[in-house]
Amino acid sequence: MKPHLQYTNNGNLRHFLSIEDLQKETLQQILTTADKFTQFGQREIKKLPLLRGHTVVNLFFENSSRTRTTFEIAAKRLSADVINLNPTTSSTSKGETLLDTINILEAMHTDLFVIRHAKSGVAELIARHVPDHVHIINAGDGQHAHPTQAMLDMFTIRQHKGPFNELRVAIVGDILHSRVARSQIHALNSLGVHEIRVVAPNSLLPSQIERLGVHAYNDLQKGLDGVDVVMMLRLQKERMQHAYIPSEQEYFNLYGLTTESLAAAAEDAIIMHPGPINRGLEISSEVADGPRSVILSQVTNGIAIRMAVMAMILGGEGNG
Amino acid sequence: MTKKIDVEVSALLDKLVTDLTPLLAVNPVIIGIHTGGSWLAEILHERLAIKEPCGSLDISFYRDDFSRIGLNPEVKASNIPQDISDRHILLIDDVLQTGRTVRAAMNEIFDYGRPASIRLCVLVERKGHELPIQADYCGMTLDLGQDQHIKLVGPEKLSLVVGGLVAGDNQS
Repeated sequence: MKPHLQYTNNGNLRHFLSIEDLQKETLQQILTTADKFTQFGQREIKKLPLLRGHTVVNLFFENSSRTRTTFEIAAKRLSADVINLNPTTSSTSKGETLLDTINILEAMHTDLFVIRHAKSGVAELIARHVPDHVHIINAGDGQHAHPTQAMLDMFTIRQHKGPFNELRVAIVGDILHSRVARSQIHALNSLGVHEIRVVAPNSLLPSQIERLGVHAYNDLQKGLDGVDVVMMLRLQKERMQHAYIPSEQEYFNLYGLTTESLAAAAEDAIIMHPGPINRGLEISSEVADGPRSVILSQVTNGIAIRMAVMAMILGGEGNG
Repeated sequence: MTKKIDVEVSALLDKLVTDLTPLLAVNPVIIGIHTGGSWLAEILHERLAIKEPCGSLDISFYRDDFSRIGLNPEVKASNIPQDISDRHILLIDDVLQTGRTVRAAMNEIFDYGRPASIRLCVLVERKGHELPIQADYCGMTLDLGQDQHIKLVGPEKLSLVVGGLVAGDNQS
């Protein structure tokens, strides 16, 4: 992807498609802006006027309740008008093409599309198609990227563990199919963490993953040794037809995060998971609900991060 | 072209303290607009011996030019520690010119609650109003050219800078 697709000529954020090719300063600005948005909870009116008069369409070709809901809440907190569409049950099932759907919605004066699609590259395809005043946020495309998830993870890490440069982070699970892992790795690298490890059986590791600047481990204990942050991934059962793992029980025995396996990590390590959780498959309930789990704070932070990205994209439009 | 003004900020503050003293009867909540207004609010808060903490507003999220210039990356969090419903607000800023900052600040205040009243206190009021907003309390009025700017620098030692020259500077 060419970097200018995500920026305007003046260097403002135009689309938010992938962490790759974004400048470190942009990532830092997203985190700083989100910080301010976390502090409106105690006010009588939990709304800001920034996006008044703007229309945001959540276009989810693939189901997701939490991502769509937090995008919706974020847009509403910024006073935008929000429309949720699930095109698999509407026009595309009648044969309308993807870009036709976009054209129709654009003709209704949509300012921002939040797009999730099962195929990699769809958000970018749409971003290349729309006119200058229409903006795209990628809410997950195939196995490619899920950049707002990665940013809310970065925000949660910074909130609980402080500066990135001394942290060791392990990403555990189905790296192969995970758009979340890809975006996390780019974000962690850009923000300069001390070390990134990926932990999975070889069948769930992309070949040459180390080119992304990570250390790969097949052994959970070794991979978790001394880490400050454990980022679990969901085992994507729906993509598991091809016998990537011998059995779910064996996977849990070898790669499941339990109180015992967690003992290898630093004493104050935090546990993260993008959800939805497969309890007893990649993580035990004891750990998921335990005191070191920050899974629910990830969800809350998702609102502030999505507010920040939307405000940065739609602000300053008249300026190029 | 620059214009030098010879004025002591402390003298303006003395005048404001005198003018504001009768307002203590309604037990006002002091709120400063970030950044210059917050510095002044802290000082006035102390000199008027108000016990409740003072609040500060960063109005970046309420600016009317957001869609033109975007978010200020330096935006600070607003902080109003007390419930302001039915309270009398004393809103403080360094310079009043167009009135747009004050409008944004009032919009934000109403998202915290419905105050009984809002009064505006500024160090300097200058020509160029674009909205029907005037100061209730004002240290001084200044007639500056359109291309001139004035700002308060601080916070260690507050001084007014006009067109790049420091007011009170004895250089002639």
